[in-house]
Amino acid sequence: MAMSVVFTGMLVLSLLFGAATGQMQQVSQAALSGAKKGAELCLAMAGPICLWSGLSRLLEQSGAERVLTRVLRPILRRLFPEASRDPKTLGKLSENVTANLLGLGNAATPLGIAAVKRMQASSQSESASDEMCRLVVLNTASIQLIPTTVAALRATCGAGAPFDILLPVWLTSIASVTVGLWGAKLFCRIWPR
Amino acid sequence: MAALTAYVIPLLLLLPSVASVVRRQDVYSALLEGGRESLKLYPSLFPALVILLSGVEMLRASGAMEALTALLTPAAKVLCIPPETLPLVLVRPVSGSAALAVAADLMAYYGPDSLIGRTAAIMLGSTETTFYTISVYFGAARISRTRYAVPAALLADLAGFVTASLAARLFHGI
Repeated sequence: MAMSVVFTGMLVLSLLFGAATGQMQQVSQAALSGAKKGAELCLAMAGPICLWSGLSRLLEQSGAERVLTRVLRPILRRLFPEASRDPKTLGKLSENVTANLLGLGNAATPLGIAAVKRMQASSQSESASDEMCRLVVLNTASIQLIPTTVAALRATCGAGAPFDILLPVWLTSIASVTVGLWGAKLFCRIWPR
Repeated sequence: MAALTAYVIPLLLLLPSVASVVRRQDVYSALLEGGRESLKLYPSLFPALVILLSGVEMLRASGAMEALTALLTPAAKVLCIPPETLPLVLVRPVSGSAALAVAADLMAYYGPDSLIGRTAAIMLGSTETTFYTISVYFGAARISRTRYAVPAALLADLAGFVTASLAARLFHGI
């Protein structure tokens, strides 16, 4: 529903401004050229995304994922002390964060849902626990080691070195997660269970 | 910088391949199978990108994009965010494909290696579709009171956008 409002808003603004500036001919052409660009973008990005998706399956198979999961477990135990009492929940949590780090969005979501469901089952409440909110922050702040979609987009647009945004992306992700977790700590007093 | 990051992709391909071959696992099939998995993305991504880029291009051609940018400039100045990237900031938490479309438009219009193009890329790479993620996670677990999940996640996004702008300026030209 939100997207219907966004898209209709785009159309209304385009028509109003196009009429006001006398650019309706360009607006009309832009509708079709934009559609063409969307198709081209999709096709151009399909290659890099396909390669990355293959590589991520390989990372899973080669055991890299298991190593990362094991490294993360002690950190997550401190962030999620309650959920860690159940080893299965902790397992799902660390697999979820690992999948996020490796950019396996499709794998991360079911793991995160499984973790939240297990947390909900032990609390038997319809209200989100502090640890659930923390998990959501970890997942919405996008902690990704290799931002592949963005690199694919940069490559498609003709960037000199598509991956040279790596360091700033890491820096930004760390800042965003840190502020999010700090905010969660602050907010949990304002929104009691 | 560029020389160092040039090693990332070749090494990422090489190391797991070697590790798998040593264990006598089938590297090639894993690559193919993973690649095939990515194709499932397109039935939903393709129409979304076509329709949204059509909308974004119309906004750009009508002059509405520039007017929107001008309108939002004071708010952007306060946050140290380049005003041109504000349309991206606004759609990012709502829709992944709209964010991709707006970022693609910014990179095409200003250049992928311009400060604005880089800022857009860093923003896109370090944030997520917040509202979608929250609704999926809590919807599946039947959590009706989300408490502070939305404000905390949006605060994290805001910190991401501001840091992305600063980091882009810091690393620009290195």
